[in-house]
Parts: sequence; C-alpha cells; structure tokens
Amino acid sequence: MTSITISAIRPRTSILDKSLSKGKGEVSLSCYALLFSELVQYCQNRVYTVPELQNKLAEMGTEVGHRITDLLIVREKSGKREIKLLNALLFIKSTLWKCLFGREADKLEHANDDERTYYIIEKEALVNKFVSVPKDKGSLNCASFVAGIVEAVLCDFGFPAKVTAHWHKGTTYMVKFDDAVVARDKQLEDR
Amino acid sequence: MIVLSSTWRDSKRHLFKFSQEMSRAGSRLDSKKVNSELFTLTYGALVAQLLKDYENIDDVNKQLERMGYNMGIRLIEDFLARTGSGRCYDFRDTAEKIQTGFKIFLGITPTITNWSTAGDEFSLCFESNPLTEFVELPDHCLNLKYCNILTGVLRGACEMVQMEVASWFVQDQLKNDSVTELRVKFIKRLEDAIPAGED
Repeated sequence: MTSITISAIRPRTSILDKSLSKGKGEVSLSCYALLFSELVQYCQNRVYTVPELQNKLAEMGTEVGHRITDLLIVREKSGKREIKLLNALLFIKSTLWKCLFGREADKLEHANDDERTYYIIEKEALVNKFVSVPKDKGSLNCASFVAGIVEAVLCDFGFPAKVTAHWHKGTTYMVKFDDAVVARDKQLEDR
Repeated sequence: MIVLSSTWRDSKRHLFKFSQEMSRAGSRLDSKKVNSELFTLTYGALVAQLLKDYENIDDVNKQLERMGYNMGIRLIEDFLARTGSGRCYDFRDTAEKIQTGFKIFLGITPTITNWSTAGDEFSLCFESNPLTEFVELPDHCLNLKYCNILTGVLRGACEMVQMEVASWFVQDQLKNDSVTELRVKFIKRLEDAIPAGED
C-alpha cells in the first residue's frame, strides 16, 4: 500500500512580495557610529597603508551605492534616472544626501580649471562625527566610504566617474568624470 | 529568580554615577537618529565583505558576534546615560531593559516570551528588524546567522554590568520562519570585573 504524504510547506515569500519601505525608519546615531567603527577597524586589519584602507572603505561604500541607486530610482524617481550631468549631481546633493544623512550636502562646486571635476562639500560628514584620526594617518578620511557610495550611484546612472574624499572645508568629495561623459553632455546641450 | 548581591549593586552604582555625567553631555548633542536604510545597507555591505573574506560561514558568524561584542561594551554606557536606569532586581527586569535598548537603538520593540520555569531564560521575538530589511539569503548561505551581531551586542553590554549571558537564534525569518526568535540565557554573575584599584 502506498501512503501519501502531505507536506505543509509554506510558500517562500520573496522579498519582492513585500511592499517597498517608505524610508522613514530610524536607528540611533550611536548605534550606527559603532557599526561604522567596526567596519573601519575590520578594513584596517586587512590592509597596510592609508590609501589601501581608503580604497577598501570605498569598495564597501560601492556596495551600498549600487543598492541605494535601485531604491531611490524606484521610490523617488518612479523608475527614471537622470540623463543630464548637472541634474545627476543635484540628485546626489539633495535626494541621495537627504535619504542617507537627513539633509542636503552643503555645497556643489565646479572646478575652475578642469571641466571634468566637481566638488561636493560637507562641513561635518556624518560618518566622521566620532572619528578621530591618529597623527600618523593624517590624510585618512573615513568618508571614503561615502565617496564609494557616490561613485557607485554616478556609475549606475551612466556617468562613470572617480570619486575621492579629502580634508578640505570639512570633507570635500572630488568627482572626476570620464572625458566621454563630459563630451556626451555637451552634445546634449547643443541640441 | 535571581537575586543580585550587594557587590554587584555597588559596582553597578559606580557605573551609574559615571553614566550620569555622560548623560549631561549626551542630552545636548545626541538624541540624534540616522536613516535605517543607511544602517541596513552598511551592515549588509559588511556581511557581504565577511562572506568574501572568509571561506567558512561559521567563521563569519563568529566574526559578527565579535563585532557585536565590541559594540555592546560601548553601547551599554549610552543606554545607561539615556535611560538613567538603575540596577536590575531580577532577570525579568533585565529582559525589559534589553527590550528598551532595542527600542532606543534600533527603533523596534521585540516581544518577551517563552520564559523558562527557572526564570533564567527567555526569548525575544522580532516581527521586523532593520538589519534584515532588504535581505534574502542565497541557498549556499543557509548556515549564516545573518543577525549574529545582536548576540554579540547582548553579551558585551551585559558583561559590562557584571552579567554573563548567552544568546542564540532559534528561529529566523530569513530562513522562512514566521518570526525571528532570539533566545537569551543568564549564565552567571561576574564578580571580578571591577577595575584594579577601585576596591
């Protein structure tokens, strides 16, 4: 005689079955700061030099950036991305910054001497709030993590760029676009 | 029921005095919040990196616990500073304070259930949890205890108030359970945690 087994397997609910969060959830700053500190320490233990550490932080930021791009384009832009360079930068200065840090970045500037270079300036970067840089690592800026986020967002938008974090007027993110990006944007303007 | 001895209370009072000083400075600067999505994605990037760096998933679980421990030993000061809470009279009291801690730091209130008859073990049940917001575990990661950082936080935080606890996940929504259940067990009171020269 054959027996029939009826198994009660709950259907696996996929992440796509849930509705997208509105992004209003909050956690405490100290909690985030300590998590970030662990992240920095972990990276530091696996590298030898300051530039390596900054690269590693940027790499991890990139992971965050790719995901936040998806999230923001769906939630804030109803599926459309910016196609003009300046609008893409403004999106980062306002929408991205508000989502991640609760306020806009302080300034967006265009370099006088190089049309490929832009600066996003922030007096007090949230991730640096509780970071004191040791003397022997003077140039280290842990906001490289944020630079990684910005770089990923720009690249996902179709504006390949290199973004680095520097100590200047607080923290300055230097955005250097590929030549092709600037050339393409000029063509758009001409039309 | 666990009765706490006077040495425990004294050392706790000591910590408490320290924490009141912190709260004066703290209330001015820091009732600040951060968007939970930044937190979720940062944690996700960290876990993903650990999975890349370690061959063994058990090592990832251990590393997450260790990181949580480091966070816990510092978060407890923040907790005491904000709540100004005094000593715990029993483990049920501790459970409620842990629950409050989740409210303060992660903005969620897990339910306290499934007390053991001896009163030394309970469960925290999470309906939702900012750590796992956008998370789906791939099939080769089924051994991963994604939220294992929380067990470390509890161990570290409790150790700083002279209590050894152990905790582990018995159910996990990421593994298709209906709820995430974290079991917390009281192990023992720590006697020798008072810094040298303080006695």
